[in-house]
Amino acid sequence: MTTLTPVLTARWDQSDAFTLRNYEKADGYKALRRALQRTPADIVQIVQDSGLRGRGGAGFPTGMKWSFIPAQDPASPKPVYLVVNADESEPGTCKDIPLMMADPHVLVEGVIITAYAIGAKHAFIYVRGEVLHVFRRVLNAVAEAYEAGYLGQNILGSGFDLDVVVHAGAGAYICGEETALLDSLEGRRGQPRLKPPFPAVAGLYASPTVINNVETIASVPSIVAGGAEWFRGMGNEKSPGYGIFSLSGHVTKPGQYEAPLGITLRELLDMAGGIRAGHELKFWTPGGSSTPMLTAEHIDVPLDFEGMAGVGSLLGTRALQIFDDTTCVVRATERWIEFYKHESCGKCTPCREGFWWMVQILERLEKGDGTEADLDKLLDMSDNIAGRSFCALADGGVAPVVSSIQHFRDEYIAHFEHGGCPFDPAASTLFAQELGAKA
Amino acid sequence: MTDVNDVNDVQAAPGPLGDTVRAEMAQIIARYPEPRSALLPMLHLVQSHQGYVTPEGIELCAEVLDITEAEVAAVATFYTMYKRRPVGDYHVGVCTNTLCAIMGGDAIWDDLSEYLGVGHDETTDDGKVSLERVECNAACDYAPVMMVNWEFMDNQTPQSARELVDRLRAGEQVTSTRGPRICTWKQAERVLAGFPDELATEGVAAGPASLVGLELAHENGWTAPEGGQRELGGSTK
Ligand SMILES: Cc1cc2nc3c(=O)[nH]c(=O)nc-3n(C[C@H](O)[C@H](O)[C@H](O)COP(=O)(O)O)c2cc1C
Ligand code: SF4
Ligand code: FES
Repeated sequence: MTTLTPVLTARWDQSDAFTLRNYEKADGYKALRRALQRTPADIVQIVQDSGLRGRGGAGFPTGMKWSFIPAQDPASPKPVYLVVNADESEPGTCKDIPLMMADPHVLVEGVIITAYAIGAKHAFIYVRGEVLHVFRRVLNAVAEAYEAGYLGQNILGSGFDLDVVVHAGAGAYICGEETALLDSLEGRRGQPRLKPPFPAVAGLYASPTVINNVETIASVPSIVAGGAEWFRGMGNEKSPGYGIFSLSGHVTKPGQYEAPLGITLRELLDMAGGIRAGHELKFWTPGGSSTPMLTAEHIDVPLDFEGMAGVGSLLGTRALQIFDDTTCVVRATERWIEFYKHESCGKCTPCREGFWWMVQILERLEKGDGTEADLDKLLDMSDNIAGRSFCALADGGVAPVVSSIQHFRDEYIAHFEHGGCPFDPAASTLFAQELGAKA
Repeated sequence: MTDVNDVNDVQAAPGPLGDTVRAEMAQIIARYPEPRSALLPMLHLVQSHQGYVTPEGIELCAEVLDITEAEVAAVATFYTMYKRRPVGDYHVGVCTNTLCAIMGGDAIWDDLSEYLGVGHDETTDDGKVSLERVECNAACDYAPVMMVNWEFMDNQTPQSARELVDRLRAGEQVTSTRGPRICTWKQAERVLAGFPDELATEGVAAGPASLVGLELAHENGWTAPEGGQRELGGSTK
């Protein structure tokens, strides 16, 4: 049996965990002292040896990403930048926000160690704007870190200098895509850039830039302190370490569960008290709405990068949105596609127009006015949107359509045979009784 | 700096953007290696003074950054948090992305919109409350979720949503379910421009849903292996 392994979440239950004083009491900033005694190359090596893979969704090996920063010509060095992706907006994803709210200093410590490792003297934390209190807490942690000498000039007497800017976004899912984020941080519309060049070569202000997710960077202090072998002692060969699993929806105890990668939904559901009383699991996303949905058939598949790829899905952000048998999958899909339609940055036609058309078709289907030909049309359109667009928003956006038709074609058909949606939306709510839902 | 005692001050009508605002914009620009990076926070600052992105605000951003007004407007219209007309003192969001919608967000939206008599992006006649359907706000474990001036109001019902807006309209002090006392829209926008208030330490570190896994681990004596931050002497190589 896999058990929980709180590392990142371990301090969250302490009162005022977010203050510098309490972080230091819990041994905070000791990993930084240790890191500053090693060479930057050593730190990159430790993270590479740990096998840490990016926690923002794509799972790219973190140490390898850092090693792509080209060596700078000492005569005319280009500045190197570190950018933390704190835009957390993928539907279902809700781990970085509580992390920054409860324990912002672990992120700041991770930023300092990472900046030291890659040779950055300037780092940015790009926080989505719609989380005011989280933004406050991060601002406050950075201010405290300056005051304590963890940021600024000659940090802890090491000769290393670092400035950190906490930057608020302004509401745009696409700004979580790393190159769109860079454009946004440069004060422009957040639209993705062509790759290559990759950010490691030409990122922020066309300078070498590392972009990492909040949880990735927050994992760095414990890896430096505990060592690569310690980290590899959790999870498995290709998906080592711990990660935060976020359970939401029709479970008895929704919330954050930090566990080794490779834990299964069955194990997590056991811990979360199961599906809400009287109901059964119908479908779930392993890592946000952009990861193809799965069903009860997949509850024993390891929640790691390989396991999820093996069943045609993705680990994504470990955002497990769980829906029971009261939920209409057509309604769920339609709402997700409305999201992608709303959030398409408009740069490419298939994405901009495609999701708009898909919403029309899905609305028709949900009302019972569709036909079986509409399902083929949706699949056809999915082929034309994914892979033919500029960035991964388009690939993610077709995931709910393709996977819901794959698993629930009969339910789509039932809509037009039944002349409408066979489900009562009130029955899915948490206050079904009050609304007088049909049982 | 905001005086915490007047977090509930009624918002003044848009004043002109004078020298103080120019000086604040200069402070924002000084944070960045290149001035144009300041544009997003500068637009938040404009909203903190005028309630929304006014033509005057666009003009000033353009002048200060030496870019065209069209360039500023193109940015301002790209992001949903920038408003083109005044919103209420309390801007209320109801999450209607899939997870929240299904857990009750749609029912809350329908009820609240009818109760207030306003739709998406509209404001009540008294100027107190505006409504917006918001996308996933990274709080799905607290579904159905609402936001007031971008503070979390977790685990809502149609009834609690009505009570919430009643209290806001009556001028009562409302506190986020896992955050601070809620300030006005303009004060919130000022923080987002990077000018902190005194509220960072208010509210809990983590709400109940954020802690369920940790509490279960405590009950069962589950921990990560030795190492990590607890044992800094451990070997690293
Ligand atoms: C549409 C879209 C939205 C994304 N949103 C986020 C996000 O909110 N947070 C995040 O860390 N990564 C997001 N990503 C992934 C980033 O592009 C990038 O891969 C990640 O920040 C890299 O960090 P990591 O290697 O530490 O995971 C998004 C990607 C796409 C295509
Ligand atoms: S795929 Fe969509 S979001 Fe991505 S660049 Fe094209 S239009 Fe923009
Ligand atoms: S779906 Fe509402 S907060 Fe995520």
